[in-house]
Order: sequence, then C-alpha cells, then structure tokens
Amino acid sequence: MKNVKVLGPGCKRCDAAVQMVKDAATKAGVEVTVEKVTDYAKIAGYGIASTPGLVVDGKVVHAGGLPKAEDVARWIRA
Amino acid sequence: MSSTTLRPASPLPWLAGTLAGLAVWVALYSQLVPFSDWAVSLLPVDPASHLGQSLAFFLYDTPKVLLLLTLVVFAMGVVRSFFSPERTRALLAGRREGVGNAMAASLGIVTPFCSCSAVPLFIGFVSAGVPLGVTFSFLIAAPMVNEVALGLLFALLGWKVALTYLVFGLGIAIAAGWVIGKLKLESWLEPWVLKIHAGTAELPEVTVTWPDRIRTGLDSVKEIVGRVWYWIIAGIAVGALIHGYAPEELLASIMGKDAWWSVPAAVLVGIPMYSNAAGIIPVVEALLGKGAALGTVLAFMMSVIALSLPEMIILRKVLSVKLIAVFVGVVATGILAVGFLFNLLFA
Repeated sequence: MKNVKVLGPGCKRCDAAVQMVKDAATKAGVEVTVEKVTDYAKIAGYGIASTPGLVVDGKVVHAGGLPKAEDVARWIRA
Repeated sequence: MSSTTLRPASPLPWLAGTLAGLAVWVALYSQLVPFSDWAVSLLPVDPASHLGQSLAFFLYDTPKVLLLLTLVVFAMGVVRSFFSPERTRALLAGRREGVGNAMAASLGIVTPFCSCSAVPLFIGFVSAGVPLGVTFSFLIAAPMVNEVALGLLFALLGWKVALTYLVFGLGIAIAAGWVIGKLKLESWLEPWVLKIHAGTAELPEVTVTWPDRIRTGLDSVKEIVGRVWYWIIAGIAVGALIHGYAPEELLASIMGKDAWWSVPAAVLVGIPMYSNAAGIIPVVEALLGKGAALGTVLAFMMSVIALSLPEMIILRKVLSVKLIAVFVGVVATGILAVGFLFNLLFA
C-alpha cells in the first residue's frame, strides 16, 4: 500500500496531478491512498517552493508543474 | 538512476525536428506580406475605405502575431527548463539586498511557476531565508516582464521598444523590491508565515536531456498559445477597428504626450483591470498609430499585467493589507516613472 500526497493549494493542475496518480495506480494494479495537502504551512514544511508537488511514502519526488506520466508510474511501482 | 531507467532516446531526431520546424517558421514568416496583400486583393471592398484599412490591418497582424508568439513562447519554454523555483530559492537564500534584488528580478523572468504557486513560493522563499525585499523583486519581475508581452512588443513595435520594456520592467522590480526591503516590513506579514520552518527536502537529481527541453518548449506553446490565441484575435480585431475608424485628433488629445495626466490616468485605469497582455498589445499598437504616446500606453499595459486584483487577493493570505498597499504603491510609482520617462525618450 503506497501513500501519495499531492501538495498544492487546490488549483486545476493539483487536481490533474491527483488524477494522474490514480490513473497510474489503476494501470499498474498498485493500491494507493492519495491525499491532498492544501495547507500552505504543511506544503512549505516539505521544502518545495512550487506546486503541485508529489510525496510518495514520505519522500518528496517532484515539485512544480505536472509530472510526466511515465515518472508517476515509476514512483508508485518502485 | 537504477536499471529501470529507459535507455535515453537519441537527441538527434529531436534536434532535426526543431531545425525543420524553424525552417518552416522562417518560410511562413517571409510570406506574410505577399499573403496579406493577396488576401486583401480578394476582398470586395475599396482598400482605401475605413473597412478596407481595418481588414488589411487584421489580415496582416493576425498571422504575424501568432507566428512570433509561437516562436517566443517556445524559446522561453526551452530556457525555463534550465530553472526551477527550488534552485532559484537556493541561489537567493541569504543574499544581501542590492545584488540579491537584481538577481531575484532576473530569475523572476526565467523561473517558471504558475500563478496558483505564488503563495507557496512566497512562503518557501521567505522561510528559507530569502530577504523579504529580494522575494518581492522576484515576485514583481515574474508578471511584470511577461514573455507574451515581450514577444508581442517585439513583433508589433520593434526590438527597441521590447528591449526598453525589458530593461525598465527589470528596473522597477529591482527598485521596488529594494525599497520594500529598506522599509523593513517583515512584521507586516501575516504572523503565521514567520513561524514556518521550511523543510529542506532535497529533490532527487533528475537529468534533463535536450529532447526533454524541446518537449517543454512545445508544451508551453500548446498551453500558452492555446490559452491566449482568442485574446490575441480579439485584441487585433479591436486594434483593427481603431486603426480603420478612430478619429486621430481625439485619441492624440486624450492619450498623447501633451496630456501629462494621461500617464497616471492610464495606471489608475489599468490596476483593477485584469486582462491578458495578449489582448492588450494589439490595441496598444493601433493606439500608437493614432498618436497615443508610448509611455502612456506602456504604463497602462504594465499596470494591467503587473498589478492584478486576483493576484493581490491570493497574496492576502500571507501579506497584511498594509503590506499589499505598500507593494501596489511602490510598483505603481515605478510604472508612473517609466511612463513619463518613455514619453520623454520616444518623443
């Protein structure tokens, strides 16, 4: 079971990132819980300055803009 | 990276594709005048009539602006693939005022971030030790020197105007940030902002290849041009109407450089407006052709794109109303100065 957090204030891109993670999880057959983090203080706590950011199992893997689909697939399988 | 990484694709097809694309672009651009002449000759209206002049303006400007914009946005996208907000923040952390402001303003132009990132970015910068004034230089330069505006000014008004806009836009961002830093307004931040300690999560090192950068450029063309093309066409249509129909004397007397009050009026009108640089600049071009002063129209354009109400509402989460007022005041003053200066320089 993977835990993915999507960091972002909740704009269109953040929603798109959430959808990307869900799609990648379905495709890879991996069970994933997706959590949205919209609290600015928490977002800053992860050390990123640009959103959307992705945290997989507590580790920041991406910041700023939509990630590439192939990267998302790699992160949730790893 | 581990063995799961795919074999990196050869960059050659990408580079060849880019060169081919550029060749097509140049070929199209060289045909603009013959194309518009041909299109106008097909029209069943007298070219000397008001309608004929408007249509000729529209038929020449639309393809020209779209072509130039595509090129500029592509180039900007490639340049931006070299920068990230996290790297910029590391570069600026602990910088002293002065040099820091100049660096921040320059990085503000090339560092990509979407407008909804403004608040996380602000917090991320301030809590990582970037001085408040330096952070402001960054935040002001980002919208002030807008790549779409820059490309359109270059396309419609020539490189001198585009370069002057770039230099003065940077100048305002540096000076305004410096002033805000000198005023020592840290206590005017919303209190919770100062309590945050930014984490220092190191992002994994990713290798960005040239095909990636070219792809980033193409993506930004798709996204930005896809979002602004109808603004541009609407702007050119309004510009075309002005070009064909607006009485010259009237415009020159309202927006000409003899009317000193036109610069502050333009800034006041521009602040609450939230529009797209893409739609405004073709109108600017037509107004200039009718005798409006360059400083006045640029002051208008800068206040529309650099001081937008929605952005202030977003920033309200981290800045007190007083601090926002100072920010608007300082930037508006800078724009006023640029407006007056342009009117003097380009007399």
